[in-house]
Amino acid sequence: MSDNQQDVIVQVENVDKFFGDFQALKAVNLTVARGERVVVCGPSGSGKSTLIRCINRLEAHSSGRILINGHELTDDVKDIDAVRREVGMVFQSFNLFPHLTVIENLMLAPKLVRKTSKTENRELAMEMLARVKIQDQAEKWPSALSGGQQQRVAIARALCMNPEVILFDEPTSALDPEMISEVLDVMIDLAKEGMTMICVTHEMGFARSVADKVVFMDQGEIVETGPPATFFDSPKSDRTRLFLQQILSH
Amino acid sequence: MIFDLELILDSIPQMLMGLGLTLQLLFLSLALGTALAIILLLMRISGRWVLAAPAMAYIYIFRGTPILVQIFIIYYGLPQLELVRESILWPILREPFGCAIVALSLNTGAYVSEIFRGGVLGVDRGLKEAASALGLSARQRFIYITAPIAIRLSLPAYSNDVVSLMKSTALASTITLLDMTGIARTIVAETYAPYEVFLSLMVIYLVLTWMIQRSFGWIEKRMSRHVRSEI
Repeated sequence: MSDNQQDVIVQVENVDKFFGDFQALKAVNLTVARGERVVVCGPSGSGKSTLIRCINRLEAHSSGRILINGHELTDDVKDIDAVRREVGMVFQSFNLFPHLTVIENLMLAPKLVRKTSKTENRELAMEMLARVKIQDQAEKWPSALSGGQQQRVAIARALCMNPEVILFDEPTSALDPEMISEVLDVMIDLAKEGMTMICVTHEMGFARSVADKVVFMDQGEIVETGPPATFFDSPKSDRTRLFLQQILSH
Repeated sequence: MIFDLELILDSIPQMLMGLGLTLQLLFLSLALGTALAIILLLMRISGRWVLAAPAMAYIYIFRGTPILVQIFIIYYGLPQLELVRESILWPILREPFGCAIVALSLNTGAYVSEIFRGGVLGVDRGLKEAASALGLSARQRFIYITAPIAIRLSLPAYSNDVVSLMKSTALASTITLLDMTGIARTIVAETYAPYEVFLSLMVIYLVLTWMIQRSFGWIEKRMSRHVRSEI
């Protein structure tokens, strides 16, 4: 991690988020540097999904500042578009476009957003499918794939836009147990290649082995942040300790 | 009572002379009504009150009143207004055919826009979010994600509406048009054999309905390729 301002990809400053009267985020601060792997964990309803959804403006934050690679997120559609070009996202429920084949899913955004040629897009798509080891499924419909395969396609789809950072919103929570590892393996490969990642996940093994920084959230606040060794072995807060006991007890 | 088979065999070809007009009424008002429905839909989902409210009022009025009354208002009512007689629409509204097309289009547009709206609301929110996250603009999201999925979701209800529009074309016979029903009424007036003639007419409409349903069944199957597991 560097102190150099240019190396900061995501900067969340004092962000609050309200849904009506309910405060989902309370004065959240988070800095993510280029190449950093951050795992966000916490009980359900703790605001961790809301936090990463604010980072690419799927939710608008109520106050505070969010900067992505120097662009501040405001209500201006241009800012939002600029940010979304640099931020990829992988969802819990895959969200592949069901009416497009696997390769069409990958080629759509490059065609519409970057306006590159069809040949170029197809090559890029095949390359990304190879990266997630699923190139033989290119012409299939998403519904013909298993959950693990669909999630790998979703990761490849995000990669096609060559993002500066990828957000993972519980990418393995909707998967059958036997498919979790194939998705985690892809994520580990990405981490090794130096991709900046923010992962909301309950996979503590992944957090321990891959993360540079683990962030624990509870009731809309960041309770504790630290490298995995410190976080798992000597948590400072009682709330963290309780959470880890519950999640690691079985 | 005895069925006059000869009369049936005789009247069917005569009524089929009106098939062309029935089909013209159906396809023209379907095309215009669907175009109107898309405009109404976009107004309703625009999120702007000044656009949504008129669309809602329109839909409420045209779905809330009998189509026969709408046809009568357009055919008998509008020509009373000098404004209409002097407008560029007069060549259309002067003719019963024009009036029938206008009435059927306006009416079906209201129904179809609600069908499409149901389809749009049925599109999974997560897909729109995924498209947003990839950087697609609101317009691109609508064209490439929402619309194709909404169309498939709307198809069964839309095909019902096409059948219902096809049957509504028979109302054009009340404003002097000689579609199949118009011809049937003429034959009945000459022969006093309503039973045979109208029953034969029913059979023709049933065949048409069957054809419409088969066509949509085929389209639906094609558009649902991705739902089945094989490619």
